[in-house]
Amino acid sequence: MRFQLTEDQWALRDGVRGLLAARFGRERLRAAMEGAGGAEVEPELDRGLWRELGSAGFFSLRLPEEAGGVGLGLPEAVLAFEEAGRVLLPGPLIATHLAAGVVPGAATGEAVVTVVDGGGVVEWLGAADVVRGDAAGAAPMRSVDPLTPLHRVAEPDSGDRTDVLLTSLLTAAEQLGTAARVCELAVQHARTREQFGRPIGAFQAVQHLCAGILVRVEVARAAVYAAAVTVDPADIAAARLLADEAAVRGARDCLQVHGGMGFTWEADVHLYLKRAWVRARRPGSITECEELLAAELLAEAP
Amino acid sequence: MDLSDTPQEAEFRARLREWLGKALPSLPAKPSPDDWPGRRAYDLGWQRTLYDAGYGDVHWGADPAVRMIYLEETEKAGAPYVGANFVGLLHAGPTVAAEGTDEQRAHWLPPMLRGEEVWCQGFSEPDAGSDLAALRTRAWRDGDDYVVSGAKIWTSHAEVADWCELLVRTDPHAPKHRGITWLAMPMDAPGITVRPLRTLAGSNEFAEVFLDEVRVPVANRVGEENDGWRVTMVTLSFERGTAFVGEVVACRRVLAELAVAARENGRWDDPVLRRRLGRLNAEFRALWRLTQWNVSEASEGVPGVGGSVFKLRYSHARQELYEAAAEVLGEGGAALDLEQPWVLDRLSSLSYTIAAGTSQIQHSIVAERVLGLPKGR
Repeated sequence: MRFQLTEDQWALRDGVRGLLAARFGRERLRAAMEGAGGAEVEPELDRGLWRELGSAGFFSLRLPEEAGGVGLGLPEAVLAFEEAGRVLLPGPLIATHLAAGVVPGAATGEAVVTVVDGGGVVEWLGAADVVRGDAAGAAPMRSVDPLTPLHRVAEPDSGDRTDVLLTSLLTAAEQLGTAARVCELAVQHARTREQFGRPIGAFQAVQHLCAGILVRVEVARAAVYAAAVTVDPADIAAARLLADEAAVRGARDCLQVHGGMGFTWEADVHLYLKRAWVRARRPGSITECEELLAAELLAEAP
Repeated sequence: MDLSDTPQEAEFRARLREWLGKALPSLPAKPSPDDWPGRRAYDLGWQRTLYDAGYGDVHWGADPAVRMIYLEETEKAGAPYVGANFVGLLHAGPTVAAEGTDEQRAHWLPPMLRGEEVWCQGFSEPDAGSDLAALRTRAWRDGDDYVVSGAKIWTSHAEVADWCELLVRTDPHAPKHRGITWLAMPMDAPGITVRPLRTLAGSNEFAEVFLDEVRVPVANRVGEENDGWRVTMVTLSFERGTAFVGEVVACRRVLAELAVAARENGRWDDPVLRRRLGRLNAEFRALWRLTQWNVSEASEGVPGVGGSVFKLRYSHARQELYEAAAEVLGEGGAALDLEQPWVLDRLSSLSYTIAAGTSQIQHSIVAERVLGLPKGR
């Protein structure tokens, strides 16, 4: 047993982090929001970036090399999606990744693919070239997340169970990245922001909020990485529950650490929280995971 | 990332499993929790059995991954806990092994491993609480002896211990982490009074130890005079590493038992309770994975930060587990009946967020040492 990242996995993680830092830094994130925020018009998806992700192998990561893919496994995909979650990379990333090798152009980033998920919601419908599932009669809603346009559909599509599991796992990976990032943001702010003549991070009340964020991140990380290795449905459910919690609670606590500034549109904190909420309602929701994990307790019982 | 055993690990696991299958049926009956002489004999007997089979030094001689397999397999098989040998095997032993002289190692380590001597820990003091370095027990040099006076508290197994790993203040004028010295004190020395403490669970789990001019030979000092804090830190992190492996395995077993009990008494039909058990399943699965992560990290010699993170989450989860157990027991006062399973465990679990550093102290450790936040007040 060597439950640590291998050198190749570290290199992959650093590579993805470097690419995203160069192509989707904070300025790009804020620019993507221009004109967004409750408008009827969907924010635009950066097609250039999408193709770059494609040529970097983000979508074809798990396709065999014979099929033109990178030939890596789920643990590597999880590391890549964690990085996407760190920077709040917009777009139907998981649907396109899962369509690689199935939908022409998905693997290379030529095609943007979205899916009608089990919750009866579609992300990025307007920008998609291909929609998997029945999106007939889809009605736009005013998405809480300015960078994830949403449509509601009448008839939820139950979808392929494999895809539901992998969607849940990769969602957990994105949540993990977001949770780790909000932990850094909270700590950065607590170190530099001064009140009563000292950095607020010297106050135990603030320290303990930050420590709580980190504890949730680390517990979620172990669960998510293990689920990527075992691909066991109960492990994936556990990973999803803990990663959703780490992201949502982490973003809320990060907002709290930021005080009044955290409540403004200018601060980025709300973007992390809103994206975490959007991801948390994807198939493999809290109730579903908890019921699955409860049933699993009895699976081997006499 | 790999969660499967290496060939060596698999071989160790298989051999251990086979041995446990043969050794456990001939184990004597477990003594009652308040029968300290009985517990001492039982725990030492088990250690001797392990020693004879070649597993006596698995706690500090082995690779962390092997130790984890040992703890996992023994807990699954229902083998005895390390019990009265905890301080010797997991704390004083590794300390002597790392910091002692050859003579000291030869004197103290073999009896520990053979299950002949019990050690207790004289670290905590009545007024120090979580501030371990605030200790006030004093020691003066008098010829070849230290003369020790003061009081220790929360000392598990004090009533039946042969030795005490003792922290004393040898220089009251030095900064508080400096003037401390680590001594091995024989528990039969004149001037030692042991007074058992009764816990809220009704048991005599630990004791107060009063020291009135107790003479401890200077030869029993491990490390230099006034260097005891560093000596202690060498091994204290151990407590937060693999020490909880068996307990996580045990909690997962209890959780499965709760589910079965709930199915049998109809409580399983309550979706709120069912989902709560499901959530706890996620919790203990993740804690198990975090343990595997931390152990893998430790195997590579990386000074892990996972100890405090794990301890915080685990101690809380354990309390939640037994709160859920009370829910499973249902209406009609079963959760208030000390004869019922899990009720005593519910009481015992209350100590988990206090012992070995309170959750508040652990949060501050994580904030300052892991996240690098400024020193707090």
